[in-house]
Amino acid sequence: MQPDDTDRRILRQLQAAPELSNNELAERAGVTPATCWRRLEKLQTNGILLGQQAVIDWAALGYTVEVSLRITLDKTQTRAFDEFMEAARAVPEVIELQTFLGRVDVRLSVLARDMAHYQHIYRTKILTLPHIADIEALMHVAEIKSSQGLPL
Amino acid sequence: MIDLDDMDRTLLRALSEDATQSAGALARQHGFSQPAIWRRIKRLEDAGVLKERRVVLNAEALGFGVTVFLGVKLATKGRVSLEDFERAITAIPEVQTVQHILGLYDYRVRVVARDISDFERVLRRRIMTLPGVGDVEANVLLSEERRPGPIG
Repeated sequence: MQPDDTDRRILRQLQAAPELSNNELAERAGVTPATCWRRLEKLQTNGILLGQQAVIDWAALGYTVEVSLRITLDKTQTRAFDEFMEAARAVPEVIELQTFLGRVDVRLSVLARDMAHYQHIYRTKILTLPHIADIEALMHVAEIKSSQGLPL
Repeated sequence: MIDLDDMDRTLLRALSEDATQSAGALARQHGFSQPAIWRRIKRLEDAGVLKERRVVLNAEALGFGVTVFLGVKLATKGRVSLEDFERAITAIPEVQTVQHILGLYDYRVRVVARDISDFERVLRRRIMTLPGVGDVEANVLLSEERRPGPIG
């Protein structure tokens, strides 16, 4: 399925305000509620609209520290990627795992309650992960833009 | 800050996978009563834990084949240049997230593009021309996964 301009318009409005009712969304996208409903159904069954997820505000749960760990792996080990990823998935404070083509192999987002807690996680759960060749830590100071929307 | 019990954790995990589930559906699936679920969700919303929803789209099916993370270092620092830079970069539609960080770079920027040559266009015409930009490092995203986080 190739999404057309109407589909894109509906998705653009949905991205901007996911909590809208079908009628409100239809009005903003300039289509009838029936069309809006039908289009969303079709986008869903064709695997283009994948769903909606609640975003948890970790700071409200006391996790005020977020650190990005940029990790280079020891690629002389053939299973390095798989083994590292598997072990990293088992650390509850790791909320995001990304792999890259570039200077960095893997990036982990790690949450902690405070710096002392972070230090503890870093020493007991991160440095013990397998096949790490190098780690760089970047601390999040502020989220300037976080829409993650697509420019439809 | 609020303390979570098992029911809160179950709801947070369920909603961060699919935020469109009704209280009725959640009640049936997890064996709680519907009013209890309403109360809990209201409490999590009031505490700011459940703030917003994110629409998940299949970027590739919508023609966005490439996601790149940029590490951006500012050439000139100072309050004014930070604000100018932040205002200008958040206005670029292809820029999905901007994080102010502490470490090797000043900002971490997520950029989505149709393909590598489209990315090059965005980088050269829109990002390298921003006020105050110094060093830029690019890493192409190969895979990404989100984990439930420390609610398990």
